[in-house]
Amino acid sequence: MAPSSELNRLTISDAADRLRRREFSALELTRACLERIGAVDPKLNAFITVTEEEAIAQAEEADRRLKAGGAATLCGIPLGIKDIYCTAGVRTTCASKILENFVPPFDATVIAKLRCEGAVFVGKTNMDEFAMGSSTENSAFGPTTNPHDRTRVAGGSSGGSAAAVAADECLGALGTDTGGSIREPAAFCGVVGIKPTYSRVSRYGVVAYASSLDQVGPFSKSVRDAAILLRTLAGEDPQDSTCSARPVPDYERALTGNVKGLCIGVPKEFFVEGMQPEVEKAVRTMLKHYESMGASTMEISLPHSSYAIACYYIVATAEASANLARYDGVRYGLREGAEDNIELNEKTRERGFGAEVKRRIMLGTFALSAGYYDAYYLKAMKVRTLIRRDFERAFENCDVIVTPVAPTTAFRLGEKMSDPLTMYLSDIFTISVNLAGLPGLSMPCGYDANDLPIGMQIIGPQFSEEMVLRAGDALERSGAVPLRRPAL
Amino acid sequence: MASRKIAPEQVRHVARLARLSLAPDEEDRIRANMDEILGYIDKLNELSTDSIEPTAQVGDAGTPTRADAVTNRPDADAMLANAPARERGYFKVPKIID
Repeated sequence: MAPSSELNRLTISDAADRLRRREFSALELTRACLERIGAVDPKLNAFITVTEEEAIAQAEEADRRLKAGGAATLCGIPLGIKDIYCTAGVRTTCASKILENFVPPFDATVIAKLRCEGAVFVGKTNMDEFAMGSSTENSAFGPTTNPHDRTRVAGGSSGGSAAAVAADECLGALGTDTGGSIREPAAFCGVVGIKPTYSRVSRYGVVAYASSLDQVGPFSKSVRDAAILLRTLAGEDPQDSTCSARPVPDYERALTGNVKGLCIGVPKEFFVEGMQPEVEKAVRTMLKHYESMGASTMEISLPHSSYAIACYYIVATAEASANLARYDGVRYGLREGAEDNIELNEKTRERGFGAEVKRRIMLGTFALSAGYYDAYYLKAMKVRTLIRRDFERAFENCDVIVTPVAPTTAFRLGEKMSDPLTMYLSDIFTISVNLAGLPGLSMPCGYDANDLPIGMQIIGPQFSEEMVLRAGDALERSGAVPLRRPAL
Repeated sequence: MASRKIAPEQVRHVARLARLSLAPDEEDRIRANMDEILGYIDKLNELSTDSIEPTAQVGDAGTPTRADAVTNRPDADAMLANAPARERGYFKVPKIID
């Protein structure tokens, strides 16, 4: 039997097998993760709330189910949950002062699904406030540091979840992705993350940032694990009217290891000046590996790529300004004392929101205001159509598109905080995928001279997760990607 | 839409709409941020979009409807549990109407 200090290092797939072979119990597995959290989280700050008691109770219940037989794959598997998901009875803060003591009376749909399968929640992970950011430095609870180098960011906005998986504090985690918030931290922390097709996974009970862009997705240590998690998360939900009713395939079954004949598009606009040369080299090396496995590559063009960030920062901020109007001090969350209701709203929001959130609310409100709606929001929606069409045209000639996830590896804490625009520009490779509503997988593809992970992105047409996961899994299984654990 | 600086009164107007009361130095900082970001966003004007349809949604669900029937159990206590101020079954706020 593996010593308890190593159980937390397992993949979900391995752990599920070995739990069924009674090599160890779900309780031992959960305790190993909780011990690990105790040992390293003071340095990482990946968790806002650790739910030790609840996790132990869930693990004990999982052991009962495993003993009875017929338990789901995720039964007894310890997961970290981004603090943007409503978890009934457990504080949910969105890393904001305005929700510091908010306890939801209900579970998000995906949380209920995971509970139903007997998964274990070890805690709520850190994030940029209301999912607005690319570094988890905008959290009201302090930044999450990168397990590979604690002077650097873990990425954002789902930095806590990415770091927790990279540091083996849990076997998988949930994040959300609106402009890259799963894919970028996955790349920076050297783990797998997937943003599914928009509408593939229910957003009910997930605190909204930008409703036409937000998507739920998992972090994991392997592509196979991501497929296992997505199989549970995906599917219709009458409580989310945007959620697709399309049947969910068995994503794990789709991992045949075969990429012969797969045509990979490589967009010329995604290999730009100012990129870290090692990032480009690592991605191009993977493309060579794909060719040796029987896939083919071709150069494609996504001509409107350079407009994606501008488009996003109107659409997302406009939608955010509407979604965050509910934080008004009336029904839940922080309330500042005031004589009249407008003052109540204003003082509560002034005190409760961080600088980046205020900035985006202001931008979004401006873009939607009378006299500016046509010039900004309507214009951005039209540019969004052009960006979507770029991908549709590209997919007429190739099956998937491969790009870097970010122009650099993890930057240093504080490096991009003085100029918001510099921070926004680091989303350059991920953002258009949200605008088009496509699935995007982020997986490790190498390390730079400072031992920092480099991430590769695989993009597919809508609802092509089987093909995208198959492509990622094939590369991983070929041994092309040497995985390294952070020394903590 | 020519590139121009956003005026302080505009910032205050937007802050009012957004129900944010900004301190003066915060107002200046946000105005500078907005100038920079809106300046960058101006590049969208390089694109001709007159004949392009806007995209509001990228999902396939359309606009589903359902019967107008109550499907959840009433649970006022749960809904009021996070209220900063409550009285009987109500959220309590400063007086709205004189």
